[in-house]
Amino acid sequence: MSVDSVFVHKMWNDCELAKMVKGGIPFPMLSDSGGKVGSAYGIYDEDAGVENRGRFIIDPEGIIHAYEVLTPPVGRRVDETLRQIQAYQHVRKTNGGEATPSGWRPGKPVLKPGPDLVGNVWKVWKTSMEND
Amino acid sequence: MTEKAKVGCARPTGGLVGQAKEQTEATQDQQPFQEVRKMIQVGKPAPDFASPAYHKGDFTSVKLSDYMGKWVVLCFYPGDFTFV
Repeated sequence: MSVDSVFVHKMWNDCELAKMVKGGIPFPMLSDSGGKVGSAYGIYDEDAGVENRGRFIIDPEGIIHAYEVLTPPVGRRVDETLRQIQAYQHVRKTNGGEATPSGWRPGKPVLKPGPDLVGNVWKVWKTSMEND
Repeated sequence: MTEKAKVGCARPTGGLVGQAKEQTEATQDQQPFQEVRKMIQVGKPAPDFASPAYHKGDFTSVKLSDYMGKWVVLCFYPGDFTFV
C-alpha cells in the first residue's frame, strides 16, 4: 500500500516490476491517497506526504502480532518476515504451549513456558542456537 | 530559474511558501485541542479498511476483513518508481 493511485500501480507493475517478478505482482497493490489508512496504522508521514516502510503481520482473527517500520532509504528483509510468520503459526498451532526462542527457524528447538523452565532456560537453549 | 532537485527515496513534497511562521504559531495555540493519535498496538485488532487496488490487470477494491481466516502481511512503502 502506498499513496500512489491504482493507475500508477498498474504502470509501475507493468513497466518495471513485471521485469523483476515473472507475471508481475501476484497480490493486490493498494492505494491510500491522503494516507488515511497509513495514519490509522501510525506510519503515515504527514510532512512528506508518503507512507513510511511499515510492515504488519495479521493473524486469521485479524489481530496484529508484529510490525516493523523503516524510514524510506532502507529496505526490508523478506526472510525475516517469513520467519516471524512461521513462528507465529507454530505458536498458534500449539495454542501458545510452545514459544519460539531468539533466532528460531522451523525445525529448531522451541521453548515450553512453565514453572519448571523458570531459571532453567540456559539448560535447554544456548546463545549459539541463535545462528543458523 | 528552477534548481535540479536531489532525488531521494521519499517523494519530494511541495508546500506553502512564506507562511510557515504564522502556521507554527497557530498550531501551538491549538495543541491542547489536538487529538492524540493512538499508537498501533500488537495483540489488538488491525484497523479494518477498504481501499482501491490494482490486482493482476484489474482495478478493484480490497477490504481487510475479506481476509479473515487467513494470515495477512500488510506492507506500506513510500512510492512507486522510487528506488528501494
